[in-house]
Amino acid sequence: MLRYVVNRLLLMIPTLIAISIIVFVIIQLPPGNYLESYIAELQAQGESVDPQKIAFLQSYYGLDKPPLQQYLHWAWGMLHGDFGYSFEFNLPVSKVIGDRMLLTIIVSGITILFTWAIAFPIGIYSATHQYSWGDYGLSLLGFLGIAIPNFMLALVMMYLANVWFGTSIGGLMDPQYIGKPWSWAKFRSVLEHSWIPVIVIGTHSTAGMIRRLRANLLDELQKQYVVTARAKGLPPRKVLFKYPLRMALNFFVSDIGSILPHIISGTEITAVVLSLPTAGPMLLNALKSQDMYLAGSFLMFLALMIVVGVLISDLALMALDPRIRLQGGVAR
Amino acid sequence: MNAPRDLAAIPGEPEHFVSTAPFDPTSVMRLTPEQERFYLASQWKLMWWKFKRHRVAVVCGVILLLMYASTLVSEILVPYNLHTRHTDFIYAPPQSVHWIHEGRFVGPFVYSLKKSLNMETLRRDYAEDKTRPFPLRFFCSGDPYRFWGLVEASFHVVCPSEGATLFLLGTDRLGRDVLSRMVYGARISLTIGLLGIAISFALGLIIGGIAGYFGGMADLLIQRLIEIIRSFPELPLWMALSAVLPVTWSPLLIYFGITGILAMLEWTGLARAVRSKLLALREEDYCTAARLMGAKPKRIIARHLLPGFMSHLIASATLSIPGMILGETALSFLGIGLRPPITSWGVLLNEAQNINVVALYPWLMVPVVPVIVVILAFNFFGDGLRDAADPYR
Repeated sequence: MLRYVVNRLLLMIPTLIAISIIVFVIIQLPPGNYLESYIAELQAQGESVDPQKIAFLQSYYGLDKPPLQQYLHWAWGMLHGDFGYSFEFNLPVSKVIGDRMLLTIIVSGITILFTWAIAFPIGIYSATHQYSWGDYGLSLLGFLGIAIPNFMLALVMMYLANVWFGTSIGGLMDPQYIGKPWSWAKFRSVLEHSWIPVIVIGTHSTAGMIRRLRANLLDELQKQYVVTARAKGLPPRKVLFKYPLRMALNFFVSDIGSILPHIISGTEITAVVLSLPTAGPMLLNALKSQDMYLAGSFLMFLALMIVVGVLISDLALMALDPRIRLQGGVAR
Repeated sequence: MNAPRDLAAIPGEPEHFVSTAPFDPTSVMRLTPEQERFYLASQWKLMWWKFKRHRVAVVCGVILLLMYASTLVSEILVPYNLHTRHTDFIYAPPQSVHWIHEGRFVGPFVYSLKKSLNMETLRRDYAEDKTRPFPLRFFCSGDPYRFWGLVEASFHVVCPSEGATLFLLGTDRLGRDVLSRMVYGARISLTIGLLGIAISFALGLIIGGIAGYFGGMADLLIQRLIEIIRSFPELPLWMALSAVLPVTWSPLLIYFGITGILAMLEWTGLARAVRSKLLALREEDYCTAARLMGAKPKRIIARHLLPGFMSHLIASATLSIPGMILGETALSFLGIGLRPPITSWGVLLNEAQNINVVALYPWLMVPVVPVIVVILAFNFFGDGLRDAADPYR
């Protein structure tokens, strides 16, 4: 069991290295380096450029060195919590993004819980009542959830909330908490504000999950042991809960690997529309203004979130499923 | 020799009978014509029969076919050119088509719009001028355009009569007809999915084929690569890559660039499917036979292995088209995807980016309707195809 955990952790290292290389390549791709565009921008605004500062930044980031050394410098810095320098905010990246990342994690986490809470009962209902009206209706609802673009749903919900409840739901907390240190009251305020983003982000992944859970449970319900159990005269409820549901539960936990990227993507675009103080809007801005260290850190962080999320789901799966636990192999 | 004859002679026993018809030992095994038609049908025919039974999928297929057909003749279908501006009708609400004017049947017609500036809200208010009906003209000559950007023409299926306008879905901030732009937008939005899937299909086949057929080191590397790509959240990565596209590129190049970016992340699912199937199939006897006869790997994969699950692959590829269409829509909505003058549904929705639009000009959000329809249709169609391609159902 310990071997499995260690194996799994070791496997993360090459993945993370590869991800960081990809991110670095992406932030290097735009023509010219960011310092040049930064200087050009400053000059365009008629501001004077402090040559000393430029020289400092140039040497600090090793911009005069070959790309490989630059990468090593960047990666080494990240390991020490130095994510680079945001040219737009004139601040170290870690100072700019700290709070936003925490909020991204909170919103994504709540969304996952929401997705589970909704998808689980509906998936079971759909599978046990296959081809009933309820099944058809819920399936259609699920398909609609997949088809409606997140951002449009966000806009309409924002409008409706404004009309019906008279509240402005942009933002993620009451104004008095912005910029304040974390407290219980602030956390509660975030929870109160997050229901619309959570619904908006959750619809897509909930719909997908319902469909997959239904298909999975249906496969399970057609197996021989279920027929045997039924033939022995077990009550239907027990037949369902004792075995097939447990099997489907495995899938339920491992499915997080496939919904997490969607949830994070959804968080980004919804956050742009609802102007939530999560990673989304700032990532978009950073990309538009080619503030590449900032954008790179965001990308790196989001990918890390998924890798860790999948790790957690794998560990949970191990706890649930004796086949993986005893085999000690890496199940992917 | 005599015994049987004696037996047959016993009274009451039926006489020994021998049929004179020629003996055909396979007669009981012969199939009825219907059975024969079924058993000898090709795989694609079987799929087609199975698919036909899935009503919703067939309807969705027809809808998609119509939509794709409309992209061939967008210019003719709609009353206005993509870029025609009506500076007198900015943010005009949708006009409705009437049939009866002052109790008299006129046929389909519209009333002209009267504009007034509301000085309190600083909005343009439009009201119908009910004094005179303007009948619609059908198969008429109207707003000029270049058909497929090549031939000058002015033929439309429907146009407004002289002096009137026809904005069935209103106009945008430059006074352009939303309906016309939406129908034009289908061209880009629908083809980006097809083009993207073509690229990712090719990538998935090649890369998945290598991983599955050769196995070993290549398989390991490719598996890792797929895992890494899948651990990126799609949208942020798309955003990052499309932000990298140079500003100096022409809109057409951007279009191909975005398609490439969408395809670059979508091939992983297909590659996985190809790999797992190939891993199982390459152990089959017919594959060994082909190898013994000296067939090269390329031929074995392409000629013997792929056709075995091609139908299934195509079905699952269909299911990943909607993701690409949504992706393009999202990118363009955020303003880092396609840019004007290229018009896709996402570019149109870019106009509806804030809550004011929802409150004041809700008709600008209408381009989301075809997006939803197309995605639903592709999902049902793909589901039907997949069920039809699955021999075990």
